[in-house]
Amino acid sequence: MKAFSHSLISCCLLGSILLATTDSIAQVECSDSVPSPLLPPSEVIAEDHPGDAGGAIIVRWKLSPDEAKRITGYEILRSTSPTGEFSSVGFAATGANRYVDANTEDSLTYYYKVVAVDVNKNASESELSPPARSSAQWFNFHLLNLLIIGGLICGAVIYFIAHAKKGKKLFLRRIAGLEAVDEAIGRATEMGRPILFIPGILDMDDVQTIAGITILGRVAKTIAQYETKLNVPTSRSIVMSTAMETVKEAYISAGRADAYSDDFVHYVTDEQFGYVAAVDGIMVRERPATCFYIGAFFAESLIMAETGNSIGAIQIAGTAMPAQLPFFVAACDYTLIGEELFAASAYLSGEPKQLGSLKGQDVGKIIAMSAIVIGAALETIFAISGSSLFGSLAELMHKLFSIVAG
Amino acid sequence: MDSVFSNTLAAILTIGIISFLYKDNPLYKFCESLFIGVSAGYWFVQQYYANLLPKLFDNLGITRLLGAENVADGALQNLFVRGQWDENLLYLIAGILGVMMLLRLVPQIGWMSRWPMAFIVGSIAGLYFITYFQSNAMRQMQNTILPLNSFNNLVLIVGTVTGIIYFYFSKEHKGAFGGAARVGIYFLMVTFGASFGYTVMSRMSLLIGRLDFLFGTWLGLVK
Repeated sequence: MKAFSHSLISCCLLGSILLATTDSIAQVECSDSVPSPLLPPSEVIAEDHPGDAGGAIIVRWKLSPDEAKRITGYEILRSTSPTGEFSSVGFAATGANRYVDANTEDSLTYYYKVVAVDVNKNASESELSPPARSSAQWFNFHLLNLLIIGGLICGAVIYFIAHAKKGKKLFLRRIAGLEAVDEAIGRATEMGRPILFIPGILDMDDVQTIAGITILGRVAKTIAQYETKLNVPTSRSIVMSTAMETVKEAYISAGRADAYSDDFVHYVTDEQFGYVAAVDGIMVRERPATCFYIGAFFAESLIMAETGNSIGAIQIAGTAMPAQLPFFVAACDYTLIGEELFAASAYLSGEPKQLGSLKGQDVGKIIAMSAIVIGAALETIFAISGSSLFGSLAELMHKLFSIVAG
Repeated sequence: MDSVFSNTLAAILTIGIISFLYKDNPLYKFCESLFIGVSAGYWFVQQYYANLLPKLFDNLGITRLLGAENVADGALQNLFVRGQWDENLLYLIAGILGVMMLLRLVPQIGWMSRWPMAFIVGSIAGLYFITYFQSNAMRQMQNTILPLNSFNNLVLIVGTVTGIIYFYFSKEHKGAFGGAARVGIYFLMVTFGASFGYTVMSRMSLLIGRLDFLFGTWLGLVK
C-alpha cells in the first residue's frame, strides 16, 4: 500500500513537471513568434484652432487599436503639400487624441499625418488629414461666460459710478484700520517725527501699488495740513514718478504747495533686499513715528514690520499678498486685509469712480456667493437622490464658471 | 586663493548685514550703501540688456544702423530699404512713451510725463482684468461648487462663503450677517497662522544656509 502511494506521488510529480515544461515551451514559442503589425491611428482631422489670433491648427485622431498594448505615443507630421515631404512638428503622449500645432502661417495650407510609435520604435502612419488653414477670429466663444459675468459686474460698476456722480450717497461700512490713519498722522505731528510710507516693491502694473499710491494721496493731504515730514522711498522708477505727482497734487489741493518738496519721494533700488536694507536704515536713523506699508510685498514684509515695531512706530499695513498678510497682522497695529486695501482706497478718496467700482464689485460678490450656495445645494441633492435633473443643473453651474482652454 | 578672498569678502558682508540685529553701526551702513549702490547699478544694466537693447534698439534696427554686424535688420531697414511694413515699428510708440516719461526732467513740458503713466496704468488694468477674473474668481467658484457630503467640502464651502461675506462692504457687520463675517475672519486667521508657521520654517532654512556658508564654506568648521 505504501509502495502504491509512493508510486502515485511520483506519477503526480512527474505529471506536474511535464505540464510545466510544456507550458514553458509554449511560452518560448509564443515570444519567438512575429508580432502583429502595428495598427495606425485613424480618422485624422485637422482644423483651425478656434478663438485665437491665428497661427494654430488642432489635429485630432482616433486612437490606434493597439493603444493599450504597445503604443508609447504619436508623432505628428506636417507638410504643405499632400504629396510633399512630411516633417515632424511634435509628439503627443500615449492616450492623447489631439495636438495643437501652434507654429503655422495663416497664408499656408497644411496636411497632417499621425504616426503611432511603439516600444520597439515601430511606426505606423495614418491616412492623410484633409487640408487645414489657420486663421484669426475676432471673438473667442470659449470665453462667452466670462464676457457675460464680467459684463454684469462691469455694468453694475458703471451703474453705481453714475449713481455716485449724481451726488447720491453710497454706503460703505467702516474699515477699522482707516480710522487709525488720521490718529497715526496726528501722533507723528505731536512727536515732531517723520512719517514713512512704503508703497510696496512692485511696479505700477500691479493693482496693489495703484491702491497704495491712492492712499498715499490721502495721507499726503493730511500730512500737508499738519505740516509733518513725509518720506517715501520707492523701489521702482515709475512708482517714484507717480508717487511724486500724487504727493505734489495732494499738497496743492491742501493749499500747501509751498511746503512740497521733491525730496519727499525718492528712488532707492529695484533690488528687493537692497531696498529693505535702505528702508531699515532709514527707520533706525530717522525714527519715524508712523510707518505705512501699503502695496504689494514679498519676503521683505516681516523684516520691515519688525524693524518698525522695534523703534516703537505706529504701523498700518495693507496688502493683498496672502503669504505676507500673517506677518503684517502679527507685527503691525492695523492691517488692511486683501480687498480692504482697495476698499480703503475708495473710502478715503471718496471719488465717485472708486466708490462705484467698489459697489459694483459687491454685486460680483453676491453673484459668487449665490452661485456657490446654489451649486453646492444642487450637487448635494444630486449626491443624495441621484436625480438626473439635479445632476444636469449642477453640471450647468460648473459649465457656467468653467474656463475652456480651447 | 581667489575663492578664499571672495568667501572672506562675502562673509564680512554677511556679518555686516547681520550686525544690524545688534544695532545700527558703521559696518552695517557700509554694507547697506554698497548693496544699494551695486544693486541699483546692476538693475540699470540689466534693464538695458533685457529691455531697451533687444526690444527697442534691436527690433527697430537702431543697433544695426549704428554698425552692429551680428544683429539682423530691424523695422527701420525693412521700411526704408525694402519698403516693407514691419510690425516691430510699433515699438516706436513704446520708445516715444519712454522719452515722454523722461520729460518730467524738463519743468516746462513735464506734464507730458503723465501720459505714459496713464497709458501704463490703464492698459495694464484692462489686460489683467481677464487673467485675474479667470484665476481668482471663475476657477475658484467652479472648484467650490461641491456636494456637502464630507467635512472637507463643508469647511471649504463655509470658509469661502463667510470669507466673501467679510469682504462685502455694502452692509454693516451686524446681526447674522456680522456673525457670518466673524466666522469668515476666523477662517482667515487660521489660514494666516498656518501660513506664518510655514514661512517661518522657510526663513529658518535661509538662516541655516547663511550659517552653513559662514561656518562651513568660509571657516571650515562644519563638514
